[in-house]
Amino acid sequence: MGAGDVPQADQHPVLATRDLTIRFGGHVAVNAVSCAFAAGTLTAIVGPNGAGKTTYFNLISGQLKASAGQVFLYGDDVTAKPAAERTKRGMGRAFQLTNLFPNLTVHENVRLAVQSRARVGADLWSLWSRHRDLIEKADHYLAEVALHDRRDAVAASLSHGDKRKLEVGIMMALEPEVFMFDEPTAGMSVDEVPVILDLVQRLKARGDKTILLVEHKMDVVRSLADRIIVLHNGTLVADGDPAEVIASPIVQEAYLGVPANG
Amino acid sequence: MLRTLLSDDLPKSRVLSVLLLVVFVGLAVAPFAFPGAQAINTAARICVFIVLVASYDLLLGYTGIVSFAHTMFYGIGAYGVGLSLFALGGGWGAIGLGLLVALVVGVALAFAIGLFSLRVRAIFYAMITLAVASAFAILASQLSEITGGEDGRSFRVPEILRPGFRLFAEPVLGLDISGRVVTYYLVFLAALALFLMMLRVVNSPFGRVLQAIRENDFRAEALGYRTVYYRTAANCLAAAVAVLAGCLNALWLRYTGPAVTLSLEIMLDILLMVVIGGMGTLYGAVIGATLFILAQNYLQKLMGAASAATKGIPLLPQLLHPDRWLLWLGVLFVLSVYFFPTGIVGRLRRKA
Repeated sequence: MGAGDVPQADQHPVLATRDLTIRFGGHVAVNAVSCAFAAGTLTAIVGPNGAGKTTYFNLISGQLKASAGQVFLYGDDVTAKPAAERTKRGMGRAFQLTNLFPNLTVHENVRLAVQSRARVGADLWSLWSRHRDLIEKADHYLAEVALHDRRDAVAASLSHGDKRKLEVGIMMALEPEVFMFDEPTAGMSVDEVPVILDLVQRLKARGDKTILLVEHKMDVVRSLADRIIVLHNGTLVADGDPAEVIASPIVQEAYLGVPANG
Repeated sequence: MLRTLLSDDLPKSRVLSVLLLVVFVGLAVAPFAFPGAQAINTAARICVFIVLVASYDLLLGYTGIVSFAHTMFYGIGAYGVGLSLFALGGGWGAIGLGLLVALVVGVALAFAIGLFSLRVRAIFYAMITLAVASAFAILASQLSEITGGEDGRSFRVPEILRPGFRLFAEPVLGLDISGRVVTYYLVFLAALALFLMMLRVVNSPFGRVLQAIRENDFRAEALGYRTVYYRTAANCLAAAVAVLAGCLNALWLRYTGPAVTLSLEIMLDILLMVVIGGMGTLYGAVIGATLFILAQNYLQKLMGAASAATKGIPLLPQLLHPDRWLLWLGVLFVLSVYFFPTGIVGRLRRKA
């Protein structure tokens, strides 16, 4: 394999990382991870707690700066670009720890994403309350995540499950090409989980989006993923077809063999 | 029509609507309704401070930026117009030139401070602004050949704004329309226009991004908003409005000096007015500035009356002696912050 090659590179990967690495002092949290993600595929990223999954996400979407290696979006090196720029180029991220605008309403939270997508954030003079198209679009995405009845509630007042839904709704409203779900169903009650899983399923069915999913529930991963990659101690240790990866000894040992909080 | 003027941001509380209306009407008819120099001075000061406090609220209440340099921009406006009128004589050209120079200097400074230091944490930003503002104040008092030093500068204003000028030969509604009255209405209308303009800005898509940054700058960045640019823009805008407030103040006082523009005391007054009125509401600036300045100007008188009225009762007359007015002003602030942590406007809106 040559230096310029990325393993499993498709014809035109939407997103790729090459030797992506970050060190915190002496600790290497993500270690030379090279991976490519093609449009229309759902890749599950699994690994024990502390394996570096969220850190890997943070490097891809720009919340953390890489110590070494590159991130490519549509073939462009975006490693040096700030998070906002990567979002504008089509990356969407739903955070694991809910990350909302607490004192704004549910609708306003989503609408800020719609507005970012519509590129009207720098408009000083038009009235926010009179952008009918943006308001309707935000309502549309609220309905998508079944939050429409909480439209005018302040985000801080939502239940945990509703906050998780809003988190996903905000990402949907960005209308990205790359969807990065970081444990979207964590802590949700049993009856709320299907709302999110349906959504992921529908996104996948559209066939043109690149979906990355960090998830602990193996049944979810098995039913949704086209491909699984396994991170362990920051290193990519397995990559391939879900059934094969789950069955492989390295995963049995590195992931499934380790207790959930080990 | 009214909705559009208020940018769809209605007071949303009956009490608040009434209060705002009282302030508006009071200021609009002040020269006619409240005769005397102190009354019109107070009214003009309220107008200027509504603009100044509202522009500070744009930073503190809407964007979540803590700055101590706001009086510096206010001073740049006052000195810009003041020194220009002092050097070139009392013409409109001098006002225009002073205004232009002050705006350019103020916005450039705000841009530089913003771009270089808005990346750092809030507390460090506050320190940096404090340092820059102190340096500016020292510079203004040291360059006494230009600025008049601690004494400041008195200057002439255009004919029509001078006290001796009469707009009409006959009094209108029993009031001579002197240059002071003309100046008052210039200040009043400019303040009204600036306030409505700011209301428009905070209710624009841009204004909502500022609020998003205040709420969670990390997430705002993740949504695709370059927060440092937005913060810098807010900084420049607030600075420009503060410069204009400074110009109005200079025109009203026909004097400019460090004590009335640059002092840290004024900075603290602004902070208190924003907090008492209610951060992040703009209407809070109106209520906060009005109450604060009324208290500053009339509390002493009120206490004098109260002290005289309680004569004979032990202790009370001493406690209410006019010399203790600062003590009572302090008590009022503590009480208002304690009972209205979200400010008066925040409290009124929550009830509604």
